[in-house]
Amino acid sequence: MRRRQRLMLLLLLASLGLAAASGPARAQALVADLTNHLVAITTGFTGTSVVLFGATDGNGDVIVVVRGPERDITVRRKSKVAEVWVNTRQVTFQSVPSYYSIASSKPIDDIAPLAMRQLHQIGLDNLRLTTETPLSPQETTEFRTALLRNEARAGLYPPGFGQVSFLGDRLFRTDIRFPANVPTGTYLVQVFLVRDKAVVSGQTTPLVVSELGLDAEVHDFADRFALAYGLTAIGLAALAGWLASLPFRNA
Amino acid sequence: MDIYLPIAAVSVDVFVLLGLGAAVGFLSGVFGVGGGFLLTPFLIFIGIPPAVAVASSANQLVGASVSGVIAHWRRGNVDFHMGAVLLVGGFAGSAFGVWMFALLRRLGQVELTVSVAYVVLLGTLGALMLVESTRAILRRNRAGAGRRKLHQHMWIHGLPLKMRFRRSKLYISAIVPTGLGFVVGVLSAIMGIGGGFVMVPAMIYMLGMPTAVVPGTSLLQIIFVAANVTVLQAAGNGTVDALLAVLLLVGGVVGAQLGSRFGSRLRGEQLRALLALMVLVVAAKLARDLGVRPDDLYSIVVVGSE
Repeated sequence: MRRRQRLMLLLLLASLGLAAASGPARAQALVADLTNHLVAITTGFTGTSVVLFGATDGNGDVIVVVRGPERDITVRRKSKVAEVWVNTRQVTFQSVPSYYSIASSKPIDDIAPLAMRQLHQIGLDNLRLTTETPLSPQETTEFRTALLRNEARAGLYPPGFGQVSFLGDRLFRTDIRFPANVPTGTYLVQVFLVRDKAVVSGQTTPLVVSELGLDAEVHDFADRFALAYGLTAIGLAALAGWLASLPFRNA
Repeated sequence: MDIYLPIAAVSVDVFVLLGLGAAVGFLSGVFGVGGGFLLTPFLIFIGIPPAVAVASSANQLVGASVSGVIAHWRRGNVDFHMGAVLLVGGFAGSAFGVWMFALLRRLGQVELTVSVAYVVLLGTLGALMLVESTRAILRRNRAGAGRRKLHQHMWIHGLPLKMRFRRSKLYISAIVPTGLGFVVGVLSAIMGIGGGFVMVPAMIYMLGMPTAVVPGTSLLQIIFVAANVTVLQAAGNGTVDALLAVLLLVGGVVGAQLGSRFGSRLRGEQLRALLALMVLVVAAKLARDLGVRPDDLYSIVVVGSE
């Protein structure tokens, strides 16, 4: 409940800000922000959602694209060799977003022509993915599809389009959902304002997904003092083993 | 209740981890095997990244084995002398194994190698043990069977550098346990396990140790091999999740204590027959998986995370 109230307040402030700005000077066509710029992964983390809200300076449609930090991904294909399934071919894609989701206020085909979607990489079909070594078009399609399918199965490329909903004709909002296995790093939330099948304004907002609290400290320690961490891990385990045997001493 | 694991970077149910720990600990206490060969695949199954599953299993093995050794030691069932000799080979073997693992990784065939190694090893050992223990059970059931020799004499008993192992009632060449330790060390580095399921049958059939002393001595050497693997993985790959290991341990240590009590009530050949069956079931499952068409022929991996 409290979250909803806070959201309403923020929406109100956003619209006031917009009203104030649209004085004599030319107003920004699009303003958007997140309810939270930090997704904190703590011990009880099971996934979360962040609300993106904003306002436009008139009618139009909104498309929201969220991209996770990029990393290289190897896709392997198995084939049957002597009754056993073996990895026989592997392809590495460079700079693949670790998370990709999209939301729009109307069906994407109605508001965004293909050229625009390709230019702004809107939709998984238009994600530009390059391979380390050049492939035949047929193989590119094959491995690309496999990559997208595997990411979707892991919940990192949610299928379909989310809904951007308008409150009145200027205020909009959408939920961005993150699963429990969301990778850490800096995410980019891109908001496009579309009118008459053309992007008239855009805004990019960063969103940080990070471990916080004890988990972050453990991770940090393990990174910086790897050997000490290993020895501590052994010590902890040995201690736990010894402690557990005490109650059984006189058995 | 879900909990977020810092190194594995996933959320899992605490009770699943505690239960899994307890089940594996029980087996470890009964048979003197670390249980890594069951734990690691199951952790991967519940969504822990394979590299973290392997490394954290090794970490939890340290604790579970300490608990197990203490329990066996109280009954005087640990041969420290034999353990030390096995370890010399074990350390050399795990160093060689780590080098081999790096080579396989470059070739992109780690997964397959590990599975095939499991199937061949588990299948052979399980079958041999099952035949032997069934024979022993049948022999015992024939009333008034004569006193047996302590162990069979083979060519390996003719090797030089003989040592006396009092607790095991053996007088054999030190080359045999050192070599065994080496082989197990290689396997544990490649397969991410303590190697108890290889060690236990080899101690019984190759070295001819009395069954009662085997679990305690095997666990003793697993402590050190697993500790070695944990440090190597933490320092080299940063894949040891201590929280995961401790959670598995909480269930595991209690399971190990109960297991070792349960185990001491069973007769040696019954214990071996049970272990053989379990080993065969795992081998059959893995062999089947090798030949079954995967749901998706394609798999993905983040570069640098393996």
